[in-house]
Amino acid sequence: MSGGTKGRRTLPGFGLTMGLTLTWLSIIVLLPLAGLFLKTFELSFAQFFEIVTSRRTLNALKISFGLAFLAALVNLVMGTIVVWALVRYRFPGRRLFDAIVDIPFALPTAVAGVALTALFAQKGWLGAPLAELGIKVAFTPIGIFIAMVFIGIPFVVRTVQPVLIDLDPEIEEASASLGASRWNTVTRVILPSLTPALLTGFALAFARAVGEYGSVIFIAGNLPNVSEIAPLLIVIRLSEFRYADATAVAVVMLVVAFLIIFLINRVQRWAQTRVPAF
Amino acid sequence: MTIEVRNIVKKFGSFTALDGVDLKVGKGELLALLGPSGSGKTTLLRIIAGLDWPDGGEVRFDGENALARGAGERHVGFVFQHYALFRHMNVFENVAFGLRVQPRAVRLNEDAIKKRVNELLDLVQLAWLSDRYPSQLSGGQRQRIALARALAIEPRILLLDEPFGALDAKVRKELRRWLRALHDEIHVTSIFVTHDQEEALEVANRVVVMDKGRIEQIGTPGEVYDNPATAFVHGFIGESIVLPVDVRDGRVELGGKALNLESQGAGAGPSRLFVRRHDMQVGPVGSGVIEGAVRRVRAFGPIQRADVALPGGDGETLIEIDTPRDRELNPGDLVGLQPRRYRIFSAST
Repeated sequence: MSGGTKGRRTLPGFGLTMGLTLTWLSIIVLLPLAGLFLKTFELSFAQFFEIVTSRRTLNALKISFGLAFLAALVNLVMGTIVVWALVRYRFPGRRLFDAIVDIPFALPTAVAGVALTALFAQKGWLGAPLAELGIKVAFTPIGIFIAMVFIGIPFVVRTVQPVLIDLDPEIEEASASLGASRWNTVTRVILPSLTPALLTGFALAFARAVGEYGSVIFIAGNLPNVSEIAPLLIVIRLSEFRYADATAVAVVMLVVAFLIIFLINRVQRWAQTRVPAF
Repeated sequence: MTIEVRNIVKKFGSFTALDGVDLKVGKGELLALLGPSGSGKTTLLRIIAGLDWPDGGEVRFDGENALARGAGERHVGFVFQHYALFRHMNVFENVAFGLRVQPRAVRLNEDAIKKRVNELLDLVQLAWLSDRYPSQLSGGQRQRIALARALAIEPRILLLDEPFGALDAKVRKELRRWLRALHDEIHVTSIFVTHDQEEALEVANRVVVMDKGRIEQIGTPGEVYDNPATAFVHGFIGESIVLPVDVRDGRVELGGKALNLESQGAGAGPSRLFVRRHDMQVGPVGSGVIEGAVRRVRAFGPIQRADVALPGGDGETLIEIDTPRDRELNPGDLVGLQPRRYRIFSAST
């Protein structure tokens, strides 16, 4: 390299875009998070530890993360089936179904919560027959789970859909002509090709469910230790003016969520280096 | 294994891809399906493989009805133009795939699979790439792995759909020589589809020329080149000079002027005269039955190429001829042209 070309880039604008990126991310993401941590530091470590390990906090965290994980798993399976039907088959109303998938994106979460509650309440369309079977959905953790499934499904569908559309039909034909059964083709060829997209969809659905507030609180019943989600606990602490308590719970949520997303990202990276997009 | 295709018809909507195709392929043959795009050659190959189903007709392998079996039960190795390798599997696993998905009762054990895959990788000379992923290979390497994968199931028939179509010219040439040699070694009945006449003529034992869903001619490379059965084959294979002529009372006329040429039994009416470029002898005026005026001359290598205008029915016809450099040609010169060999086909065929 000669000195004259040093520092030149074929793609100009790095300085400008990088500067804007850092500024923007700092204002929108990092600054509020820093505030969160600063507020938490008003507590001594012993206080912090006590708040975080209190029964109510632990239960709320368990409910939020545990149910979000379950909901994301269900969405992963059902979302994949929905995508398969939407992409692979032509049937009347396909476009309508495709549009319906986006409703949880667009619907105000409170509206969703009220609608789900009405549906699953003891006298509701689904609640009544379920009650006869002895299953109570509304105002229980099952209700929370259903709300989380509802708001999470479009994330899986919309992430996996374009990848499945782009999947070369020839690889399925190759698999079939090599003697693979349909089951083998799906499990050994198609699903592994979709793995990175499936993981992304799962991570997004999970993240959304962990942070979900609006739709859950209507259907949850919000009994401490039973059906109280962590975001609600934060709001309760805020309304009691116990700001540091609220931020302590928030910090724990933040750290756990970050660790989980980071882990999923690593798995995804691993899956992607084996399946590079070309 | 022999393949017999009888009266196959395949329609996509209103488009007829195959219009009554009959074909017999002998044991151990290496057959080329040659034709322009849209001629139905790939559709025919896919029907033989079981990847498409015909609307009518029969496919028989050794006399046995192949249409009663799905693609996976036909023991056919299929090689795709764009390789269709499994991206999430390394080279070894790609080749092993067909062995691993066998029903448990007939599946080889792990050691036998390993041995077989390694043999195949040696056969395609890529054993050293066994741990790589498809995205890390060149196009030519990918296609050889795809071939090894297809051979792993010990196919009774090998079908290749434009196997070298996505590769650059140099690699194509190498690979087709290699495919020829490989076929000489393993002798499995093979059909490959191509739109490249050079590839078909160089690699295949027999060439099937297709156009518009029909077979125009079946023959050895020499036969289809030297004795084209139809105007289409003459025009499609090799370079031809084509002149619009009229056949009247057994005489051949060009631009209203009778030529001293045999009509070769072509029916009366507008016809086309086909001459291979190297069969057109160029000399001074009077040395040939056709007379023309030189318009433009380009010289390169040992030959010079000239555009020659001939009087035609409507205005004039411009043809391109080759002559050795030792004969000087200039624009404006009048030349005599004598076809050494030629074919006349009625315009309707």
